[in-house]
Parts: sequence; structure tokens; C-alpha cells
Amino acid sequence: MPETARRERFEQTVLPHLDAAYNLARWLTRNDQYAQDVTQEACLRAFRFFDGYQGGNMRAWLLAIVRNTCYTWLHQNRAPGSAEVFDEEIHSAEFSGSADPEIQVLASADRETLRRALKELPDIFREVLILREIEGMSYKEIAEVASVSLGTVMSRLARARTRLRHSLGAALGKES
Amino acid sequence: MSCELTQRFVPGYLDGELDLVCTIEMETHLKSCAACARELENQKALRDALRRGSLAYATPTALRDRIQSSLRASTGTKAFEPARAWYPLQIWRWAAAFAVLAVCGVTAWQLVPGLHAPSSNQRIAAEVFASHVRSLEANHLMDVASTDQHTVKPWFDGKLDFSPPVEDVATEGYPLVGGRLDYLEGREVAALVYQRRKHFINVFVWPDPGGVSAARAIESSRGYNLMRWSQGGFQFWAATDASAPDLADFVRLLESRISPEKK
Repeated sequence: MPETARRERFEQTVLPHLDAAYNLARWLTRNDQYAQDVTQEACLRAFRFFDGYQGGNMRAWLLAIVRNTCYTWLHQNRAPGSAEVFDEEIHSAEFSGSADPEIQVLASADRETLRRALKELPDIFREVLILREIEGMSYKEIAEVASVSLGTVMSRLARARTRLRHSLGAALGKES
Repeated sequence: MSCELTQRFVPGYLDGELDLVCTIEMETHLKSCAACARELENQKALRDALRRGSLAYATPTALRDRIQSSLRASTGTKAFEPARAWYPLQIWRWAAAFAVLAVCGVTAWQLVPGLHAPSSNQRIAAEVFASHVRSLEANHLMDVASTDQHTVKPWFDGKLDFSPPVEDVATEGYPLVGGRLDYLEGREVAALVYQRRKHFINVFVWPDPGGVSAARAIESSRGYNLMRWSQGGFQFWAATDASAPDLADFVRLLESRISPEKK
């Protein structure tokens, strides 16, 4: 039965990347139940597109589908008004008020503080950091997932790190 | 390389994503510029904090199961429904999955009576024969080497879900030499190894509740002899390259030692 063989091949090659898929969905939707729904939908989409998969990086291919499913979901489910309007140019301005934290301060950041700070980042910055630091993806892979150029990956990562550092500095400064 | 450029390239440098020329220029610049070196250290500290933080969310087990069953259910389905529309349909998918399981169950049930039929004996005989040959060829005759039945029997505890009867018939010329785990009939079985002069006898044992049948020889092939019998809640298969009369004698001895009470 070719359908069954196809499903088995899919389960063997794609499902090993389920952890990465759920993790990305979890970070983008910021909610476990939504992340589960999105991951499931993305996996079924991937299964339908599976014949179109031309080889190459399976994880990046799957995560690109997860990412698209997430953004479709976010677009449909974010309450009007709360929609995260984001303009890279406007938002790229450096923070002026908060201080750049010391290395020791960064090193003391615990998991909850890090998670909170990451959650507050705009989606496009959060996703590059998740892909880079948690999934350990190369710029090329990230570019494939987010369908942007290598240069954009680098500049987004740079900005994401700067923003995260500042918000961590503010959070940890308040605590101490 | 100016500091402005350096600032832009620090992330790429940190991530090992710069080409060779850029990397060398960065290294030269970093040696002479404290501000850029500090920037790099700062980004490194942030990266380390993120990596150390175990920030990945673990996939719920239920999700994996859900995806697998929806994949199974959708096999053959071309139309795409968005996630929220699946739930009412899922009842039908579960019903379909259940029907498939039921059919498999009935098929399996119909096969069960066949387990004691001659055809299954032939299948087991082939497996026993292969296992015996493999144990000699692969130099993997024993997992536990001991002539003491009180060493061999406890060795199986915890490795099997049953405790095979281990008898000592050394005085009759069939010393026990050891035991090992083997795999027959889709389950783990005990293999007891006895010796008859220069020949080894593999005795495969696994539970056969209520099974009672006298020992009989199973068609021998390529100079090997096989015998099987059931007693005391176990099924026994003996394979050897010793002579057929020797094997029959050995089996008779074992049979007389294993009383039905010993389970």
C-alpha cells in the first residue's frame, strides 16, 4: 500500500524533528495548547507537501512549515488592536534609557528571567534567537526557515541580542 | 576594519559564520580594540546564558501520539481541514481505526488455534535449528558458563518473566555447561546448554501453560537432531549434532527429572 509506505517514510524522516517543531511553535504562540494545535496542523501540512520535498535539510523544511502555520494562526487569533505591528526600522533604534548589563549580571540570569525576556521580544527577533541558540541552526538554515537572506538573519540576530541584553539588564537590575 | 563595521560583524564572528577574510580582520581588530572585545564578551555571555538555560520546551507525549494517530487516520485523505475542524471528524477516524483493529484482532484470534498445529511446529523447528547453528557458529553458546544448576537457574531471574527448570544430568553423561537468553517464536526464551562428549545440546525452554505432550523427534536436517515436548507448564525443544539415540536418551532423562509440580 503506497499510502502506508509514504506515511511510514514520513514518520521516520520527519517526526524525529517533532521536538524542534513543538519548541518553535511553543515560543511563537507562547501557549502550550495553541502550540500543540499548530504543531499538529503543521505536521499534517508537511505530510501533504511531503511529495514536494526535494531533499535537503529536513529540519529546516519542517520548521519553515511550522513557522508559516504559526504566523497564519497568530494572524487569525490575535485580538484586533493587540496585533503586534512591527516595523524593523522604527524598532531598531537602540534603547537609550536602560544600561548595558555587566557580563556577571547576564551570567546570573535564571531560566524564568530568560524565558520572560525572550517572550517579550517581537516575534521576528524571538524566532531567530530560538533557532540559533536553542536549535543550534546555522545562518543558512535560519534563512531557509524564515525565508529571508543571510544578511537579514545576521542583522536580526544582532538586534535581537541587543534588545534581549537590555531587557535582561533592566529585569536583573530591578531584582538586585 | 572600523568599529562600526566590527559591531555589525560581531554576531557573525561569535556564531562562526564569517568567511575567512572577515574572520582574520575581526581577530586583528579585536586585539587592538577594547570596546569591540568587550562587546564580543558581552554577546558571548548572553549566548552562554541562553544555552545554559535549558530553554527548550519538551514535547508533550500526548502530542506525539495525537499526531501519529491523525497521520494514520488521514492516510488516503487528500482534503485539508484546519486544526479546529478535525475534532468532530475524529470520532469517525477513531471508529475507522477501531474497526481496523477489530479486524486485525479477529484475524489474530483465528490464527491462535494454529499455534499448536504441525505447521507451527515446522516453523519453530526451523527457528530452533537456526538458533542452534547460530549459537555454535557465532561463538555465542553461553551467557552464563557454569556446570552448577544452582548458578544457571538464578541467572535467568530478572532476565525472563519465567523461571526455567534447570536439571543436572551430569552423572548420566550429559553435563550442564551453561545458559543464555535466546529469541524464538517472537519471545525471549531460556537456552540451556548441555554437553554429550564433544557435542553440544541446546535446550530451549519457554512457558506453555497446560501443554502436555510426549517427546518426539522432529524431522532432522543436515545432521542435526531435534526433539520437542511439553511438560510442567513449559515447552522444550532440544537441538544437537549428537546422535539421535543419544538425544532421545538425554530427553528421557530430563523428562523424568522435571516433575509436573516444578513450575
